[in-house]
Amino acid sequence: MAETVNVVCTFCGSVCDDGQFDTEKFKSKKLCKLGSSKFSEKERIKAPMVDGKEVSYEEAIEKAAEILVNAKKPLLYGWASTVNEAIRLGVILTEKVGGVYDQCASVCHAPGTLAVIEEGLPGGTLGAIKNRADVVVFWGANPMEAHPRHGMRYSISAKGLLIKDRKQRKVIVVDVRPTKTAKLADEFIQIKPGYDYPIISALRAIISGNADAVPDEVGGVSKEKLIELAETMKNAKYGAVLYGLGVTQSRGRDRNIENAVKLIQLLNRHTRWVIWPMRGHYNVVGAGEVPAWEVGYQYAIDFSRGYPRFSPAEFSAVEVLKRRDCDAALIISSDPVAHFPRAAVKHLKEIPVIQIDPFPNMTTLVANVVIPSAIAGIEAEGTAYRMDGIPLRVKKVVESKYWSDEQILERLLEKVEELKR
Amino acid sequence: MTKTFGDGMLEVEVITGRTLNQGATVEEKLTEEYFNAVNYAEINEEDFASLGLQEGDRVKVKTEFGEVVVFAKKGEVPKGVIFIPMGPYANMVTDPSTDGTGMPQFKGVKGTVEKTDENVLSVKELLEAI
Repeated sequence: MAETVNVVCTFCGSVCDDGQFDTEKFKSKKLCKLGSSKFSEKERIKAPMVDGKEVSYEEAIEKAAEILVNAKKPLLYGWASTVNEAIRLGVILTEKVGGVYDQCASVCHAPGTLAVIEEGLPGGTLGAIKNRADVVVFWGANPMEAHPRHGMRYSISAKGLLIKDRKQRKVIVVDVRPTKTAKLADEFIQIKPGYDYPIISALRAIISGNADAVPDEVGGVSKEKLIELAETMKNAKYGAVLYGLGVTQSRGRDRNIENAVKLIQLLNRHTRWVIWPMRGHYNVVGAGEVPAWEVGYQYAIDFSRGYPRFSPAEFSAVEVLKRRDCDAALIISSDPVAHFPRAAVKHLKEIPVIQIDPFPNMTTLVANVVIPSAIAGIEAEGTAYRMDGIPLRVKKVVESKYWSDEQILERLLEKVEELKR
Repeated sequence: MTKTFGDGMLEVEVITGRTLNQGATVEEKLTEEYFNAVNYAEINEEDFASLGLQEGDRVKVKTEFGEVVVFAKKGEVPKGVIFIPMGPYANMVTDPSTDGTGMPQFKGVKGTVEKTDENVLSVKELLEAI
């Protein structure tokens, strides 16, 4: 049955809801390079495997359940590229096996979560930004490579209700290098790596009337330029700071965001400003929100005492692995072997690893149990939170022999309960 | 800011990040396309010349946390900064300390870069080297 269907893209945090997909040719229309790669044919994990041998779903899940039940403290990590329905089961499973729940934000935007705990988050939806923002500042964010249609749909050339076109919107990029996004900006402010915090502090000083306390140059930016930026910010009707990993992954981390939120709070005494993280994976928001509504925390949650405890210094995946503080791992829709520092990867090579993923990746190479899954948004449905927290229903548009993450986790949970009885 | 050592070695800050090609191949990690998307370092043009590099040459990047051989490319980065796309190559040299946040320092790690004749390891070889 050849047809073109409407799809919601399950690649990045923009979760574009205007895609089209030819189910016969397996080709998308309207989506960006990242979305088109998502909606294209790729090598898949062919069948469930235990120690490299192909087995049935039932056998693989049974083995996975044994590993989890026999472990003293398993790490259950990933979750950003699956749907809320699966994440919900994942949190229950982690509690049942007394493990640690952590998710991709841990190495992405979690410092922002810590800042929100301290300072709150003056935010707005992408729709509000599109319709209202006359000044948009991308800080350490490069959407032209990480969220290619974000600018067109919401933040750069988007045509909104009040801000009708590109000419009415001033776009500023603050970054350490002239990125592709910087090239589209009205202004590019190049800063020295690791100087986000002092630059934000300088802006706060200027806006609160203490410009005399600011030295001639901060982090590679002249005082003159900083005063100009502060003025632009104060004179905006509706401004948005959209920040990326340039802020969360460099010196200062959560404190950078905390400082930036304070800047936004200050600006709100003059005009309306919002600040929001450019979330990476299509449902990394869900990977935090779902455990937050189930057990109260977003990430780095330990259940080994039978109740949830939150402590990123102890229970984030990188810390747990570096300390060799887990004796098994379940990795779902993620690839920590490729994306964690080597000191953390080392321990993953030494413990039993269960992987649930549609595609073979570097984690597959160290996994003892591999369970292939259906691709959410193409072969499986469910709910995802767009980067601004708006829930969108992603669709199943193609039949598949693969089980969905939800099905796999449901069966795994049953097996674990049987073994624990 | 950039210090040059006598033997053609530069002191640099290593930053990592996404690129379009890295993203487009991220679900095909065991392919040649992914390998090519993440196995290089972008180096400032002047630094590139001072290291005596030609396009296609390889460099060894060393930090306190490890070392890795990658291909050298001229890139739009400031002098004294090199950019390696996020992925297994970059992670050989990133700083695993998280300052209690859970977040390793993926950007702004001090290190050195020098020309080398050693080979760029494949994704699988890299895993063995960890």
